[in-house]
Amino acid sequence: MEAFFERERSPAQQWARAVTIVVLAVLYSLGCWFVFSTTAGNWGLVWNYRMTFLSGWVLTITLAAAALVLSTLIGVIAAIARRSPFLPLRYSAVLYIETIRGLPLIVLVLAGFYGVASALRWNDRLTAGVFILSLFSGAYIAEIIRAGIESIAKSQWDSARAIGLTPLQTYRFVVFPQVLRQSLPPLAGQFSSIIKDSSLLSIIGITELTFSAQQVASATYSTLACYLPLGVCYLLLTIPVSLWTKWLESRVRYEN
Amino acid sequence: MRIELRDVTKAFGAHRVLDRVTLDITFDHTLALVGPSGGGKSTLLRLLAGLDVPDAGTITVDGRQLGQSESELRGYRREIGVVFQAYNLFPHLTAISNVLLPLVEVHGLGPVEARTRALAILERFRLSDHAGKQPAHLSGGQRQRVAIARALAIDPRFLLLDEPTSALDPEMTAEVLDVIAELRESGKPLVLVTHEMGFARHTADLVAFVAGGGIPSCRPAAEFFNDPGMPEARRFLAKILKY
Repeated sequence: MEAFFERERSPAQQWARAVTIVVLAVLYSLGCWFVFSTTAGNWGLVWNYRMTFLSGWVLTITLAAAALVLSTLIGVIAAIARRSPFLPLRYSAVLYIETIRGLPLIVLVLAGFYGVASALRWNDRLTAGVFILSLFSGAYIAEIIRAGIESIAKSQWDSARAIGLTPLQTYRFVVFPQVLRQSLPPLAGQFSSIIKDSSLLSIIGITELTFSAQQVASATYSTLACYLPLGVCYLLLTIPVSLWTKWLESRVRYEN
Repeated sequence: MRIELRDVTKAFGAHRVLDRVTLDITFDHTLALVGPSGGGKSTLLRLLAGLDVPDAGTITVDGRQLGQSESELRGYRREIGVVFQAYNLFPHLTAISNVLLPLVEVHGLGPVEARTRALAILERFRLSDHAGKQPAHLSGGQRQRVAIARALAIDPRFLLLDEPTSALDPEMTAEVLDVIAELRESGKPLVLVTHEMGFARHTADLVAFVAGGGIPSCRPAAEFFNDPGMPEARRFLAKILKY
């Protein structure tokens, strides 16, 4: 049994590694086979709708990319406002960050779209959806950036002041370049979250990946054959991002 | 250089680090601030550098009273050079970029002129080979020399150095002290917080003993080390010069 334990001083045996992987693969396959055989999906029928999936997938990528850019912008502004000596600004940022982080995204999407956006006659689902998603993600990014800013040593702020930089110049030339390097791994992780969270925009009728899969499912009456590829499509996006995050983390580690 | 302090008080919480300090001194080259840890040396230097504002009292340097507002103080800081104990350099910038940053962004020099000036000053401190390196790839002594080069590149009115060698091993200390001694030749006034008594004795014109929230003794270096003029300073010297 000891062979199956990986410890710092005594690594696991090679054969134990192989046995573990093989057994897990067999169990996993058996599970899948069991599910597939009982709910015989209509794979051929669903294949006809592959372009619907593809266009949904592309829209998901587009939404996530747009939301990433916008939420980074919102997050940076909120993080700076959160540290502002000007109280109305600081408290507004706290209010924003804490409210958003305390709400489930689905509530934000429903209230934001059917409540706020429609009151403002903002009827374009796509831009409203991206904005709501960015507002949500921005609050988390604000906290990532804030942690990054707080990790900058006091001596750096002192040195920046001593050479006569203004606060804005200090952020631009001294703080953000260092924050960015440190915060890139958690930001990449947040990107992965945005991709997954964008699925909730399906409830306001944006034809992204999840919405497309639901449409195909109701058209073909085959659920598993739709939702399984749906999961795979998300994994195709999130696994590379996750690997990229790990690579970024290792790079930051080696630099220090 | 002339420094006038009038009733300068600075407290952190309930602790008064400087308590109604009054002083009026004039010196040509170097003022050394010595004294026990926590006696207020570094606090005084930060006030002189315009990084902090006294709670009460006024500071006048070369006839100009230091302002209270951050923008006034920033204007003042742009004209002077400050070097801290350690971690002066921005770690994401190379040595030369560290020197270029204030030249270009604060003093508005064109890229060519800034580069020429930065290279010249690095050359002067024998740092040309290290211009393209990031701080992490420089020794502690090299880092402090780049920091001094950065402070000097803007042609400051004077230089303030806060224990510039206290984080270094003896060999590097010597290399940095050599540079500081060399600055004397360039004619820029220096104010130096230091624990290196031998260095203070050789380089300083004037030694100010900062202790207990005040400056109980301030006299020419040779005189100070012969007779600091008060028992507290005498005890301090005896302790520090014992070995």
